[in-house]
Amino acid sequence: MSTVSHKRYIVHPHRFNLWLAIVAMIMMFAAFTSAYIVKKGDANNWLLIELPQLFTYSTITILISSLFMHAAYISFKRNKIYLYRIFICFTFILGSAFLIFQVNGWQRLAESGIILSGNPAGSFIYVISGAHFVHVVGGVIALLIFSIKSFTAYKTPVDTLLLNINTDKQVGVELMATYWHFVDILWIYLFIFFQSN
Amino acid sequence: MSLETTVHEHQHVETHVHGHEHHDEHHHKETFITKYIFSQDHKTISKQFLITGIIWAVIGGLLSVLFRIQLGFPDANIMWLKPLLGKWITAEGQLAPEFYNALITMHGTILVFFVLTAGLSGTFANYLIPLMCGARDMASGFLNMLSYWFFFLSSIVMGISFFLATGPASGGWTAYPPLNDLHQAATGSIAGVDYWLVSMALFIVSVLLGGLNYVTTVINMRTKGMKMFRLPLPVWALLLTAVIGILSFPVLLSAAVLMLFDRNLDTSFYLDQIYIGGEALANSGGSPILYQHLFWFLGHPEVYIIILPAMGIVSEVLAVHSRKPIFGYTAMIYSLLAITVLSFIVWAHHMFMTGMNPFIGSIFVIFTLIIAVPSAVKVFNWITTLWKGNIRLNPQMLFAIGFVSMFISGGVTGIFLGNSAIDVELHDTYFIVAHFHLVMGVAAFFGMFAGIYHWFPKMFGRFMNPTLGFIHFWGTIICAYLIFFPMHFEYMLPRRYPTHAGFETFGMFGELNQFISVFAFISFACQLIFVFNFFYSIWYGRKARELNPWGATTLEWTTPLRPKHGNWPGEIPEVHRWAYDYSKHGRDFIPQTEPLSQYEIEHGEHGDEGDSAIIQKEKKDDH
Repeated sequence: MSTVSHKRYIVHPHRFNLWLAIVAMIMMFAAFTSAYIVKKGDANNWLLIELPQLFTYSTITILISSLFMHAAYISFKRNKIYLYRIFICFTFILGSAFLIFQVNGWQRLAESGIILSGNPAGSFIYVISGAHFVHVVGGVIALLIFSIKSFTAYKTPVDTLLLNINTDKQVGVELMATYWHFVDILWIYLFIFFQSN
Repeated sequence: MSLETTVHEHQHVETHVHGHEHHDEHHHKETFITKYIFSQDHKTISKQFLITGIIWAVIGGLLSVLFRIQLGFPDANIMWLKPLLGKWITAEGQLAPEFYNALITMHGTILVFFVLTAGLSGTFANYLIPLMCGARDMASGFLNMLSYWFFFLSSIVMGISFFLATGPASGGWTAYPPLNDLHQAATGSIAGVDYWLVSMALFIVSVLLGGLNYVTTVINMRTKGMKMFRLPLPVWALLLTAVIGILSFPVLLSAAVLMLFDRNLDTSFYLDQIYIGGEALANSGGSPILYQHLFWFLGHPEVYIIILPAMGIVSEVLAVHSRKPIFGYTAMIYSLLAITVLSFIVWAHHMFMTGMNPFIGSIFVIFTLIIAVPSAVKVFNWITTLWKGNIRLNPQMLFAIGFVSMFISGGVTGIFLGNSAIDVELHDTYFIVAHFHLVMGVAAFFGMFAGIYHWFPKMFGRFMNPTLGFIHFWGTIICAYLIFFPMHFEYMLPRRYPTHAGFETFGMFGELNQFISVFAFISFACQLIFVFNFFYSIWYGRKARELNPWGATTLEWTTPLRPKHGNWPGEIPEVHRWAYDYSKHGRDFIPQTEPLSQYEIEHGEHGDEGDSAIIQKEKKDDH
């Protein structure tokens, strides 16, 4: 298997790739939310929707998980692998909790009479938060892989030493952190967007 | 094994001895799958995009032949097409009208997305970016491979939709709601549109994965000394194409997702107060115009995604084959940048007829007309590059010149159509069809052909047959003009009508349509010459024996005849100058890898003294 060594680049190409991917995702959600605004502007029967309390809980959950992710990243950088293990696992657990809150939130929304095939105001909430949900699912799967690897990969001091030398390996956790903060910030934006619209 | 060690291994020019029979393929299958199918080498991925693109181009072209038969000869009995089209030929030997719509829809989709997006920028971005920037491969070979295979999946889904009992999508390549949004609105909408949407979603993933790599590679992985303003123009064009793709395709994905929900989960994003078959639908609160905004926010940049790579390729081919530096290198780059920015703020000129506020319309008119400025800058620069050049009229040069010709002819009518007042009259007529086929259809194809003829020896180690190339070129350009020039006269004939027989006003266009159809058939036959030439030359073309057959300055010609994964054996060459030092200091060309001589001033740092003054100084120095 041939891989290109990326040592000499100022910005690691994989990191740059992720940034660009984030730009693409921002464009997608910009399209969704601007469609929402346009639709709201010209609709005569737009429904004002109060988000269930559960979405507030999910927002707090993902916010805390982002802090854990940052802690995991810092301890990884400082070579405290045992701390990293704890933090990355907590991030994974909180990420999963976010998903559960979201699903429950949709159920509560549906119970209150706002269903997917009803007024576009409600449909937009389902589709936009659903698209975000899919992005978080991807992140949670990645977090699971990182959590498992945190137990299997860095067993001996030699592994840790190799990790210190190989910048390509370090960048993985960093990208995970970047992506996780992105889906966190994206949700906070969407949450505020829904609240204020 | 790391790539560094791979390339340090003994390099030998593969001779690829093939038997003289075609049955040889089975013999090669094993190496083929391991080395050529799931490859992460950008050169192989590029060839995969190219060949898939060619296959789609033949299919898309064939569809146009079928509907040109209908348009030119609406009364002809086409029972002989029954074996191919089956039930879409009616008992009277006529083309089923709903299938006519499917034909034009698929022709548009296939040519715009599969051929001129994936086939053009997929091929050349993959091939040229690492080679011209001096990189071993793309930033992520794996994502790059995924990019091709998502395109392949998307192709398969679109291909399957042809075989649906209710036919493929038939509501136009723009897939406007409500026609495409309701299953019961048209035969193609029963199932075809779902396939279309899923295929497009996969395609968007492919474009994005590819685009990320292209941008990262150009920004981050250039070789030592390769400043941004030393890059050859194709790389600039492909970089900006990828930027446009990253910014606009996600918006189409949003539009497609909302439509999939509308179609299958009863939402009403695009639907409001619909009566269909006398029955009122429950959907309310949506807006079909919303879809148009989302679609054209991609749709307009998409035409630049198609044309920018062609512009870049043509700039390179014109400079190499007129043995002159490209005229106005920096102006070329800034005009590309200007087009990129403007492409995002003109989308509503496709929507003048949607009842938008005329004052908003006039803003879009102004921005649309401003695009003529950078486009004209490019055209003048191409023409001045040719001026007093030492021109080699080989097929790639002819196609490059043909591109300029097509771009002017099609671009001029863009000025008409950009004006909302005139667009009201010309909207949805054959005038539009003629305009965009010249300016982004045929022109982009010409750019692609120029690129293929030019880089074929690098790609496959052999030359394409120039005689067949000349026949291909002259056949194509003559036919293209004879098809699309008269089409402008059909400025009152509406698009998307299978037949105009019921309208007395349109009776006078019958013979003109026959004329156009006949040349469409000839044009298609000319493309088959190209396809034959392409595949024949891969195995039996004249072998390339010198590394740099065209005498070009750029880095791709410094690689071995058949470069391996990693491109250069040993170190990546360092770059010391821009890519267009042709006919300088009495030399035919100076490669980018050659350091500046003592008194030589690099392009862009010219003082008042010209070349002759520098030569004088050098001569003095020698004494």
